[in-house]
Amino acid sequence: MAARRTTKKPNVSKEELLSYYRDMLLIRRFEEKAGQLYGMGLIGGFCHLYIGQEAVVVGLEAAAEEGDKRVTSYRDHGHMLACGMDPKGVMAELTGREGGYSKGKGGSMHMFSKEKHFYGGHGIVGAQVPIGAGLAFADKYLENGRVTFTYFGDGAANQGQVYETFNMAALWDLPVIFVVENNQYAMGTSQQRSTSSQEIYERGLAFGIPGEAVDGMDVLAVKAASEKAVAHCRSGKGPYILEVKTYRYRGHSMSDPAKYRTREEVQKMREERDAIEAVRQLLLTGKHATEDELKAIDKEIKDVVNEAADFSKESPEPALEELWTDIYADA
Amino acid sequence: MATEVLMPALSPTMEEGTLAKWMVKEGDTVSSGDILAEIETDKATMEFEAVDEGIIGKILVAAGSEGVKVNTPIAIMVEEGEDADAVVTAAPVAAETPVAEAPAPVVPAAPAAPVASVTLEPDYPDGTELKTQTVREALRDAMAEEMTRDESVYLMGEEVAEYQGAYKVSQGLLDQFGAKRVVDTPITEHGFTGVAVGSAFGGLRPIVEFMTFNFAMQAIDQIINSAAKTLYMSGGQMGCPIVFRGPNGAAARVAAQHSQDYAAWYAQIPGLKVVQPYCASDAKGLLKSAIRDPNPVIFLENEILYGRSFDVPVLDDYTVPFGKARIWREGTDVTIVSFGIGMTYALEAADKLAEEGISAEVIDLRTLRPIDYDTLLGSVMKTNRCVTVEEGFPVASIGNHLSAYIMENAFDYLDAPVINCTGKDVPMPYAANLEKLALVTTDEVIAAVKQVTYR
Ligand SMILES: Cc1ncc(C[n+]2csc(CCOP(=O)(O)OP(=O)(O)O)c2C)c(N)n1
Ligand SMILES: [Mg+2]
Repeated sequence: MAARRTTKKPNVSKEELLSYYRDMLLIRRFEEKAGQLYGMGLIGGFCHLYIGQEAVVVGLEAAAEEGDKRVTSYRDHGHMLACGMDPKGVMAELTGREGGYSKGKGGSMHMFSKEKHFYGGHGIVGAQVPIGAGLAFADKYLENGRVTFTYFGDGAANQGQVYETFNMAALWDLPVIFVVENNQYAMGTSQQRSTSSQEIYERGLAFGIPGEAVDGMDVLAVKAASEKAVAHCRSGKGPYILEVKTYRYRGHSMSDPAKYRTREEVQKMREERDAIEAVRQLLLTGKHATEDELKAIDKEIKDVVNEAADFSKESPEPALEELWTDIYADA
Repeated sequence: MATEVLMPALSPTMEEGTLAKWMVKEGDTVSSGDILAEIETDKATMEFEAVDEGIIGKILVAAGSEGVKVNTPIAIMVEEGEDADAVVTAAPVAAETPVAEAPAPVVPAAPAAPVASVTLEPDYPDGTELKTQTVREALRDAMAEEMTRDESVYLMGEEVAEYQGAYKVSQGLLDQFGAKRVVDTPITEHGFTGVAVGSAFGGLRPIVEFMTFNFAMQAIDQIINSAAKTLYMSGGQMGCPIVFRGPNGAAARVAAQHSQDYAAWYAQIPGLKVVQPYCASDAKGLLKSAIRDPNPVIFLENEILYGRSFDVPVLDDYTVPFGKARIWREGTDVTIVSFGIGMTYALEAADKLAEEGISAEVIDLRTLRPIDYDTLLGSVMKTNRCVTVEEGFPVASIGNHLSAYIMENAFDYLDAPVINCTGKDVPMPYAANLEKLALVTTDEVIAAVKQVTYR
C-alpha cells in the first residue's frame, strides 16, 4: 500500500477531449455569469465560485457510472453542472427563485438532486465527509455496486470528523472516494499556515487507505486517477484518497479582500496552468478541432449560460406559503 | 472478627440483582481478588471479587436467588476457628434496608416508582390482553419488530451488537439480525452520526443509539445541520428518516457530564421530532412510530426507567401516534403536565395530593415536538391551574414554553400563575445529598400545586 503521486497521461480521443472542453467551459462561463449576477444584486449571501478548479470535477466525473453518487461542500456549482444538473435550476437557486433546485430555499450552498445522485451542497466545513461515507454505507448495504465521490477542501482536511470517517470507511470497506480539492487556501489561510504535514493524500496511510496526489490542472491526469480509484472502490477494496492539487482564481467567496496572496501568484497560475487552455491547446495541436469549431462551442455554451441567467431572473420568487412547507415529510 | 459480605451494587442504577452462581463454598479459604460469585444485573453478568481474606463461614443467599437487594448480606466471612452461625444470629438482617449513612456500596438515588393510579385513554382497545414488560424489553421488541418488517432498518452505535447494548436495550438483536444490521461502531459520535445521516439520504432507515445523549453533543452538528434541515434546504427532495435514541437525563451518581436532560434543546429545532416516553407501552408504540417516520426523530429514553415494569398490550403491531398526550389521571383542581421520568414525580404528587383532598389531572405529553397543545389547553381551561414538571434545567425549559403558550392562549382561564418544577440551575453534583437536591422532587411538585391552589 503506497501513497504516491502520479502525472501519467492516457491516450485520449477527440470526442473525449471535446467533451472535457465543453464541460469545463460550461462551469467557467456559468461561474463568471454568477459573479456578474452577484454584482448586480441578484444573488445574495455567500457565493463560492469554482473558477480555476474545473478540471477536478470534470476529470473525476469522467470515470463515474450511472447511479454513482457525489457530495461536496458549499463550493458546489461545478459539481452540479458536471453531473448533469440543469444550469437553469442551479442558477435559479442562486437567485433564490421558485425554479431553483431547492425552490429557492437552499441557495448557493445547499442544493440537491436525487435524480442526478447529487447529495449536496453542505455549508458546514467537513460535514459532507461522513455523509459521503454514509451514502457508501447504504450502497454497500444494498449491494448495488455504486461508489460515492466525496469532495472536500484542504481546509476541511483538518476537521476531526474526516479522520473519524477514514477509520470507519476503512474498517467497513466502504466504496467511497475521498477527493481532497487542495486549492492551497482555506479562505485566507494557506495550507502552509494551517497544516502540519503538507501531503494530505498520505493521511490515509494510518488507516490503511491508499492515496495519491494528482495534478488537478490536468484533466487527463485527473481522469486517469479517477478511473483507478473507482476501480479500486468498485471491486470491494474499500476507500481511496485522491488529493487533487488545484487553484482557485477568484476569492474565497464574493467578498474576499485577497490580501493573503499576490496578484502575480494568481496571474502565473492562470497563464501557465489553466486547465481549459491546456485542453484547447491539445485540441488545436492534435488537429482535433479548428479555432472556428472551438469558437462555435464557446458560443453554444454562452447561449446555455445566458438562458440559465434569463431563467433565473424570470422565475418568480417562491410563494410565501413556501415558508411553511418541507419542514417535515408526511408520516 | 466475622464480617458480612454484602450484595454489591455493580452499576450506578442497580437496586437489586440475581446471585447467579457461587464460585466458592462454605469452608473455602479466600484471599483478596478471588472471585466469590457471579452476579447478574439488568445490564450484565459480573464477577464479584473478595476484598478481604478469610474463610467462607456461611452462605446466606443461595445461588439462583433473584431480586437480591443491594447491601443484603449474602455470606459471612470468618477467621480461623470462628463460628459463622453465632455471627448470623448476632447480626440479624442488619443491612436489609440500607441506611443512608452506610459507607460502601452506592445507594442509587433513583426516585421511587409510584404505581400509576388510573390509566385513562390508553391507545389500545378495551379488553386487549396485557403483559408486564420493562421499558428496556419494550424498546428492544419495538426495534426487533420494525427490523423484521423493513429490511432497510438497521441499528448502529457503540456496543450495540456483541456487547448486547451498554444498557442491554439491544439484547439479542445481533443474533436475530446479524452483524450487517446491528453495527458496532468505534467511539466516534460525530463521525458515525454523519455516516448514519448519509445512509439515510442513501435510502436506509438507521436507528442510531447513543450510549447516552450526553455524548450526542459531539454529534449535534450532524443531527441539526444535516439531519433536521436538509429536507427544507432541498425544497422537499431529500428527507432523512432516522432515529437517534438512547438514555437521556440524570441516571444516578454519575455527576455533571453524564446527567443532563436534552429535551428542551432538541424540542427547539424545526425539522426534528422529539419523543420522551415514560411507560413501557409508550416506549414501544412510540419507538415503532419513530422508526417508520420519514423525518429525523430524537428519542429520549431514561436509564432509571429502563428497569421499570408496566403493562404492554399484546398486539401484533402496536404503535402510538406522535402529538397525542396521554391523560394518566383525571382531576379537577390542577393540571400537572410532564413527560418522561418527570411523570414519576407528577404521579406520586397526585397520589399524595389526593389524600389531602386536592384532585390533580396528570398529563404525559409523550412527544415534545409535536406537542399536544389541545389536550393541555383543554385541561387547563377545566382546572384553571397548571404545574409543569421536568428534570431539565430551568432556563428556557419545556415548562417555560408551555407556560407562555398557556398564557397566550388561555390567559383568562388561569386562576394562578403557572409554576415550572425543574431541575436546579446547577451542573449535577456527585454527592448523594446534593444530587437529590439538584433534581426535581415530588415535594416540590406538591408545594407548587398548593401554591397555585392557594392551600
Ligand atoms: C465548521 C465550519 N467552520 C468554519 C466555517 C467557515 N468557512 C467556510 S469555508 C471555510 C474555508 C474552507 O476551506 P477549504 O476546506 O480549503 O475549502 P475551499 O473553500 O478552499 O473550497 C471556512 C473557514 C464553516 N462554514 N464551517
Ligand atoms: Mg481550499
